[in-house]
This record gives sequence, C-alpha cells and structure tokens, in this order.
Amino acid sequence: MFRKLASYVKEYKKSTILTPIFVILEVVMEVIIPLLMAKIIDVGIQNGDVHYILEIGGLLIVCAILSLTFGMLSGRFAAKASAGYAKNLRKEMFYKIQDYSFENIDKFSTSSLVTRMTTDVTNVQMAFQMIIRILVRGPIMMIFSLLMVASISAKLSVIFLVAIPVLGVILFFIATKAHPNFERVFKKYDKLNNVVQENVSAIRVVKAYVKEGHEKEKFEKVNSEVYTNFKKAQKIVAFNGPVMQFTIYTCILLISWIGSGLIIGGQMQTGELSSIITYAWQILASLMMISFVFVMVIMAQSSAERIIEVIEENPTIKNKEKPIEKVKDGSITFENVSFRYSDEEDENNFALENINLEIKEGETIGVIGGTGSSKSTLVQLIPRLYDVTKGSIKVGGVDVRDYDIKALREEVAMVLQKNVLFSGSIAENLRWGKKNADQEELEEVCKLAQADGFIKEFPSKYDTILDQGGTNVSGGQKQRICIARAILKQPKILILDDSTSAVDTKTDALIRKAFREKIPNTTKIIIAQRISSIEDADKIIVLNDGKIDGIGTSEELLKTNAIYQEVYESQMKGGDDNEEN
Amino acid sequence: MKKTSTFKTIKRLLKYVTSEYKGQLAIVLVSIIISALVGVLGVQFIKYLIDDFITPLLGSESPDLTSLLNVILIMGVIYLIGVICTYIYNRLMINISQGVLKKIRSQMFSHMQTLPIRYFDSRSHGEIMSTYTNDVDTLMQMLSQSIPQVFSATVSMVAVLCAMFATNIYLTLVVLAMVVSMIFVSKYLGGNSSKFFVKQQEHIGQVNGYIEEMMEGQKVVKVFNYEEESKKRFDELNDQLCESMTKANMFANILMPCIMNIGNIGYVLVAVIGGILSVNGILTIGSIAAFLQYVKAFTNPLGQVSQQMNFVIMALAGAGRIFELMDEQSEQDEGYVTLVNAKIENGKVVETEERTGIWAWKHPHKDGRTTYTRLRGQVEFENVQFGYEENKRILHDITLSAKEGQKVSFVGATGAGKTTITNLINRFYDIQDGKIRYDRINIRKIKKDDLRRSLGMVLQDTSLFTGTIKDNIKYGKLNATDEEVYKAAKLSNADRFIKHLPHGYDTVITGNGEGLSQGQRQLLSIARAALNNPPVLILDEATSSIDTRTEKIVQEGMDKLMKGRTVFVIAHRLSTIKNSDVIMVLDHGRIIERGNHEELIAKKGTYYGLYTGAIEID
Repeated sequence: MFRKLASYVKEYKKSTILTPIFVILEVVMEVIIPLLMAKIIDVGIQNGDVHYILEIGGLLIVCAILSLTFGMLSGRFAAKASAGYAKNLRKEMFYKIQDYSFENIDKFSTSSLVTRMTTDVTNVQMAFQMIIRILVRGPIMMIFSLLMVASISAKLSVIFLVAIPVLGVILFFIATKAHPNFERVFKKYDKLNNVVQENVSAIRVVKAYVKEGHEKEKFEKVNSEVYTNFKKAQKIVAFNGPVMQFTIYTCILLISWIGSGLIIGGQMQTGELSSIITYAWQILASLMMISFVFVMVIMAQSSAERIIEVIEENPTIKNKEKPIEKVKDGSITFENVSFRYSDEEDENNFALENINLEIKEGETIGVIGGTGSSKSTLVQLIPRLYDVTKGSIKVGGVDVRDYDIKALREEVAMVLQKNVLFSGSIAENLRWGKKNADQEELEEVCKLAQADGFIKEFPSKYDTILDQGGTNVSGGQKQRICIARAILKQPKILILDDSTSAVDTKTDALIRKAFREKIPNTTKIIIAQRISSIEDADKIIVLNDGKIDGIGTSEELLKTNAIYQEVYESQMKGGDDNEEN
Repeated sequence: MKKTSTFKTIKRLLKYVTSEYKGQLAIVLVSIIISALVGVLGVQFIKYLIDDFITPLLGSESPDLTSLLNVILIMGVIYLIGVICTYIYNRLMINISQGVLKKIRSQMFSHMQTLPIRYFDSRSHGEIMSTYTNDVDTLMQMLSQSIPQVFSATVSMVAVLCAMFATNIYLTLVVLAMVVSMIFVSKYLGGNSSKFFVKQQEHIGQVNGYIEEMMEGQKVVKVFNYEEESKKRFDELNDQLCESMTKANMFANILMPCIMNIGNIGYVLVAVIGGILSVNGILTIGSIAAFLQYVKAFTNPLGQVSQQMNFVIMALAGAGRIFELMDEQSEQDEGYVTLVNAKIENGKVVETEERTGIWAWKHPHKDGRTTYTRLRGQVEFENVQFGYEENKRILHDITLSAKEGQKVSFVGATGAGKTTITNLINRFYDIQDGKIRYDRINIRKIKKDDLRRSLGMVLQDTSLFTGTIKDNIKYGKLNATDEEVYKAAKLSNADRFIKHLPHGYDTVITGNGEGLSQGQRQLLSIARAALNNPPVLILDEATSSIDTRTEKIVQEGMDKLMKGRTVFVIAHRLSTIKNSDVIMVLDHGRIIERGNHEELIAKKGTYYGLYTGAIEID
C-alpha cells in the first residue's frame, strides 16, 4: 500500500525529498544551539568573560539564522509537497471515476466517493506532511540523544535499547486495535454524508411533508454512531501518550538508581548523570512527537485504503484491445438481446428479454410502452451506458463492445429523461455538444430544437446563467436546451428518451419537422408517451414488460396491436371531442 | 478573517466546551496542571537527587542506599500520578471534543432544516455538504490536541515568567521584548495563514460541489463524451485548492522555526546583557545561569504552541463557515393559526384529541377569543405579485379562487409561472404583494408547519430516500400500517411494479433510486402523497413520465381519493386536466383565460389553440 501511495507524489518528488533534508539540517542546528548555550553558561558566564559570550553569542545568532532558514525552507517544501500530493490523489481519483460504469458508481455511492475525495484525502495529506516533517525529526533527535547517552555510558544506554523496542511493540498493538475502529468511523461518515445529501436534494419533499423532525432523528442516529465509534477508536489511541511517558519515566528512575550506584562506585561523574537525564527528556520529547504522527498515520491508514479502493476499482465497461475507431453508419441491430441490472439477485429477472431489432440509417423509430416496460433501458444499451447480459447490439454492423467507447458515444447522442444541466451559462451547457461551436452554430441548433426563441427572450440571452440543476428554466425549456445540446454533436444516431414530455404538442411537432428536414440521415429513436410524438415514425416499437409486443407503422399497429390501439384510443378521443366542438 | 470576527469565533467555539463540560473541563485543567508540574519537577529532580542524596554518600565506605531508594520510589509515585493525569486529560478531551463535534453537527443540521427553500436553490449541494465534513473535520484536531497543549504550555510559561520576575526585572524586560516581537511575527504569519485557510476551505467546498454535480450528471457526462472536459474543469478547481492549501500550510509551517529562533536570539541577548551586568557586579553568576535556563523553559512551550497553530488557524476557518451556516436566517414564521383535530357538535366545530378525520383551524384572536374554522381547502389569491428576485416580477396580479372540492388546473407555456404559484401556496417563497387566503385566513397567519401539513404535494422531480420502498411510501405518515401502504400503492398503481421487484415492498433503494424508471419513481411519490391523504393536493407535473394508460388508472384512483377536496394540477398533457372545474391559462405570469374545458373550448382562444395543437404561447 505504501508503495502505491508513494507513486502519486510525482512532480512533487523534489519538494518531498528536500523537506526531510532541510529538516535534518534544521535538527543539526537545533543540536548545536543547546551545546553553544551550555558553553555560554559553563564558560562565559562562569568566568565572567564578556568577550567569550559575544563570540559564542555571535556564532549562536548565525546558527539561529541558519536554523530559521532551514526551518522556513523545510516548512515551505513540506507545504508544497503535501498540498501537491493531495492534489494528485484527488486528481487520480476523479480521473478514475470518469471511467467508472454505473455499476462501479453504485458500488461506492456518490456520497461515499465525495467523502473519499475530500475528508479521506485531507487525512492522508496531513499524515503525509507529518511524515516528511516530523517523522524525520523525531527519530533523528532520538538517535542523536541515544548516541550522546552511549558516549557517556554504554551501560545506561542499554536501558533505552530495551525500552524503545518494547514501546514499539505496544504502539503496534495500539495501532492494530485502533485501525478497525477507524475503518468503522469512516463508514459511518459516509452514511452521515448520505443523509445530508439526500436531505439537501429532497428538501422540497421534506418541507412539504413537514418532516424536518424525522430528518433530524435520522441524522441524529448517524451522528451518534459517528460519535460512539470515533470515541471508541480514540479511546484506544489515548493510551499512546501515557504509555510513552510511563516508559520514559521508568527509564529515568532506572538510570537514577543505577547511575547513583555508578557514581558512588566512582565509575561516573555527577555531571554526566544529569546530562544523561537531560537526553532522556529529549528522547521522551521525540517519542511524543513520533507518537503524535503515529496517531495521524493510524487514522490516515483507513483513509488511504479507501482512496486506493477507488483508484484500483476496475471499470466494468472498458475498451477492448485495438478498438474500432470509426462508426460507419447509423444502422442499429439488436440480436437476441437480454439485459439484467447487476444488483438484481434473481437470475431470471430480466429487464429486457430477447430483443431483436433492425434499424436502418436515417430511420425514425418510435418506442412506446407502459411505465417500467424498460424503454429507457433499451436505448441506454446503444451507447454502452450498460452492457448487454446476453446477445449483441451492432451499430454500423459492428458490435458496440468492439468500438472505442469515445468513438461510439461521439456518434450516439442521447437526450436523457432526467435532464441535467450544469451550473454555467446556456451557451456553456450547449457547448457540451461541441466544444468550439460558434454562436451561429449554437443558434442554428437552438432554432432546430425550438429553443432559440425563449433563450433570446432572457435578458442575457445565450449567456444566461443557469442555477444549480437549472432551476431557473422550466421543464420544457430545459428539455429543449438538452435537445439542442445533443444535436450540436451532429451524431449518426440521436436518441430522445421521453425528452419532449414537458414541451407542448405544437413545439414538439415543430421539433420533429426540423429533424426530418435538417438531419435526415441521422437515425432517430424517440421514446414518448404521446402517440402524436411518434405517430409519423417509420417504425414504432411497442414494449411491454421488457419484451417487444409489436413493431410496425402506426397504421399497421392500429390493426394488429392491442396495447397500441388502447393507448391510441385513450389519447385520440380528446381529439375527436374537439372536432365535435 | 478580521480580528474581531476571529475573536468571536474562538469565543463561540469555547462556549461549546464550557457550557456542557464544566465538570470534565475542570478535571482536565487540573490534570494538565499536575501533569505539567510533574514534568517540571522531573527536570528538577535530578539536581535534587545529586545534591542532597548522591553527593553526601560519596566517599563513604559502606553507603546506606535506603534513603536514596526511598526518594526514587517517591519520585516514581509522583511520575505515576503524572502519567495517570496525562491519561485522564487525554481521555476526557476525547469525550469533550467528540461531544462538541456531535453537538455542532446536530445543531447545523437542525438549523439547516429551518432554512428557506431559497437557501437551497441558491447554493451547490456539494458545498453545503462540505460544511458537514471538511469544516467539521478541521475542528477535531484543535479540540482534542491543540486546546490542551496550548493550555499546558501557558501554565508552564506563566510559571516560568513568575520565576523570571523574581530573579531579575531588567532581563525579564528583555524577554518580554522578545515575546512582543514573537507576537508580531505570529500575527503576521498567522494572519496570512488564516487568510489562505479560509480560502482553502472555500475552495475545498467548491471542489466538493463540483464532484457532486458531476456525479449527479454522470450519465450526461458519458453520453457527451465529456470526461476530458470535466477533468479539465476539475483540474482548475483542484489546482486552485492546491495553491491556497500550499500557501496556508506554508505560513503555518514557518511559524514554529520563526518563534524558536527568535527565542534563540533572545537567549543570546540575555546572555550578553547578563554577562555585562555580572562583570559590573550587578548580577551573580548563578542567577544568570538560572535565568538562561528559564529562557529555554519559556521558549520551548512557545514552540509547542506554534506547532499547533496551523491546526488552530485551520479550525477557525472551518468554524467560521460552520457558524455562517448556523447564522443563516431561518424561515420566518409569524403564524399563530394552528391545525387541530375537530368534531362537530350541535353544528359547531369543537376541538378534540381524537383523530376524527375532520380538521379545523384554531384561530386565537387578539381579544382572547378563540375561533375554530373547519378545514375546507378553499384557496384564494388576491392581486398576488411575486418575483424570485426583487426587481424581476414573475407573477403579475394573480387573482383566483379555488373552492372546496374543486380541481383547479394551470396550463401555459413553459416558464409562464405555474410552478411558482404552487410554491407560494405552501410558502416555499413569500409573496411580495397581495394576499393569499386559505379558508379565508391569510396564510401568513397560519403556522407554516400546519399549513404544509394540510397540503399534499407531488413534484415532477421525485426525491426518494435510501431505505425500502415501504419506507419511502410511508414518508409522509411514519406510523402507517402495511395495509395502508398497500392501499396507497394500489391506488397509485405502483403496486404492480413493486410486486415484480426482487423483495417487493422491502426492496431497498439506494442512490436516489437509480434502477427505477422515472415513471416508477413518480408512481412512488404519488403513493406517498396518497397515503398522507391531505385535504389539499398539489400535483406539479406529477405524472409527466407515466404512460397515458397507467396515468388514466392513477387518475381515476386519485379522483376517488380526492373527492370533495381541493386539487391543484399542473400538467402539460391536457388530457390530464380536461375534467377540471377551473382551468387557468397562464402566460408570462398573468392569467389570460379561465373557465372549464367546455367554456374555454367554446371561447376558441388560447386554450382552444393549445388543445388543438394549433398555437404555442411562447
């Protein structure tokens, strides 16, 4: 795991290496400075030698300035390295997530992915900074102090050599105990985040049903879980400091006792004993430093695992080796296609079953069927938003799985039922279809999608800024912007998934007329509830419970298909009424 | 952050600690003091040991080691007390810090529930979420580690400072001058650092918001091959975050070396001045040596404090954002008319405890009288004017009246203001001018919760919650029985597809119900409203994604349910609203036609045009 994590340091390698180097230099100064200080007292002050004091004092100031410089540099590089490292982690994750299929995303859930990219990265970043700054400082201070102790009395240094490994074992024990608890904490964190996310996006429902109290209860429950688990984890970690202190205090007492014996036996000087004790305190200080970092690392370990999980997740939909880059035409063939959502436990619960279809380039296909008849599922298989479970789909005579995904999706434009516009201006949203489209092109496709009119009525026209989720345009306007966005791609296949439902019939008809006249060679698949939206299609597919119930022109289906007849009649009756009026 | 606001933030944060954990905090403080004193004593111990116990034994033939052993054992006990105190305060600080965090989170959430819809409409959801995670996270380190450290350091520093004053005033003044320069440096570096930490938290919120938005629109991203573009934009935000993070950390990181080395320079100054003084015989050598020890003992804790500084500064930036959310103005509710269960006695409406199915508005008047008006579901608009922004009117002069049991529909081009009207009835937004009356009571006088409880609402964008299908249907009435759930589901025709799900009503939906089709989600939210059984129902494009055959069944069910109750319907499909009692045709925020279907058809105006598909009002 460590190697994996280290590989994202990338361009911040220089800063990452320079930090501990400057820390070491800083520590060297910090070791020299007290020695000089001792000289000032022991020699200068004792002898009343002002000249000596000035001399050593000058040296001390030089050392202080050097120490300051090294300290500032190490601080600077540490900040650069750790912030950069965090950036790389976030980037790596975000890039990876872009390749995820929906199956992958569902596995983690959106809120968990967001937590992983923020909270978890922050934890790892803090630990990273601590490691390169303090984890070098602590051991070096400790080693230096140990060396000094050994140089005074090899015998007494043995005490430390025994104590430190013992301490290591205890710390390791604490870490292994705490780690699973921290893992649980982060799981609860995901849950907490999920409650907040759902609450925020469903706030209208919450308020309409006056369910603020219920939401609070729900939140309180997760909040308490986070609280209990965090406390549990930290309780274990809380032993860290006291255990350190206990060990060092024991060492000091042992040294005092044995040291006294040595002094009385004439094997040691009193001054030497007090020096050793001073170094013992320094060892304690560096150990405390290490344990402080240690706690952060324990916490970060769980976070790091969660990050790596995201990075190492295998996208379930990906390119074949040597994919085909060019889509020949807009013809579509479904051969014995069956599809099942992956989370479905029941092996035989197919959303789509045994679909066979033949669509020629430039044809307009209507799809109609009851709620839950898998109309959307059917069309989402074409640009490989999901992969078929059985059978195959061919576009331009080639299995969609053999194409480069990008190349395929470039040629298949889809307007989704749940329209999403992004914050930004209308023009920016339209340019999703074609990055460098000029104003003329934008207006052209908007005219085609019957959106130009209302857009021009906005005071800032195409530069009108859309709110989060596009709440400042109405459903129908949103749909038309989305259609324009799709046409801008100039695709070979255009799929409209119930995307004119909020558009009035007249406009709807105008859009279809424009389709016929302006993009005749594009294969068009239109899912609709309104018969009028698909009546004039070359072929109409009637779906029922994931199976094809009938295919044909409106006229043919009116003769042969019961479902179509029923729908037709229920909708056209209104029309008859008017004629009577 | 300005100085005053920083100070206020600290004060407010500390209040969380002091308000609830007085007892524990006192123990923590005592433990810290003891633990710090044990540390100080520990340093002195060896001198004492050498001077008073070892030296006298030197040279003696058969040294008696019992007194030496005794003093070491006593010290052992003192050390043990120190260790125990360290454990105690560490342990209690966990209680306190986690408790405070929990309380802050829960206050934030509670407060957020009271915020007006406008707040949610005008912010990215990811940014709001960021406050709960990223900003709260910053507080943890500060509460559990920084506060005790700073306190313990302060204790030692004060003790040392006292000792300094006792030794020599002039030298102490030198030290104080040093402290002043340290404060200046800290202020400069800390100020810069906190500026960038505030930015950092802001930027992290933006990154959060962006991730959230992209995840929600993942299908669109894929369909448009927009992965590369979305990465580019992410990189921009990520770089921006990295920059503020680097700067914030940098200023915080160099704080400690600055403080420590100012301390070192101070040490030299004291040594030089002290040396000169001692040469002139003003000071003894011993006291200078001691004083220099004090200077070291004084700067060490300062270094510790400055090491904690970046956590503190970062936490203050986070806390600032948390308090900002908490200070956000709640929805104002000046209403005093409440909804109560009622029964009819001798033709009069009387309040009652039991659930009678009859509701009444309880209206306390200024003169002490309380009147009861039976809930009927009459809604009247009188010259209502409204705009989401101050100077941009959306609705002009809307006057309408929906009588009890009527089905009132709104048609009109997209953007004509249909949804806006329904947003006003339940007071998601407040009108700027005019009056809305509910059963002849101005809705401003009605308590918001009661007003909303009396209105059912089904929206086009359905929101589902993580949980089972059953939980989702029960959302409006948590204590509903399974039978009621099934009944509501059958009525909304959701029963048919639910039964096909692997676990039926107990199927767990996650991630806002992906895998369910839009139409199925709408059926579920209709079932939710049906179970709640409100006196007035608002359907805002509630069946737009449901096929017409199913819709017909749903509508028949709803018509049966809502018989005798008021229903507001917004729909594009005119077949949905044909049987309405009143149809309002809206155009650019004005009602341009009204009447029932037959009347409007006969009029051969806009509605007629719409109905025959001949015109579009856009």
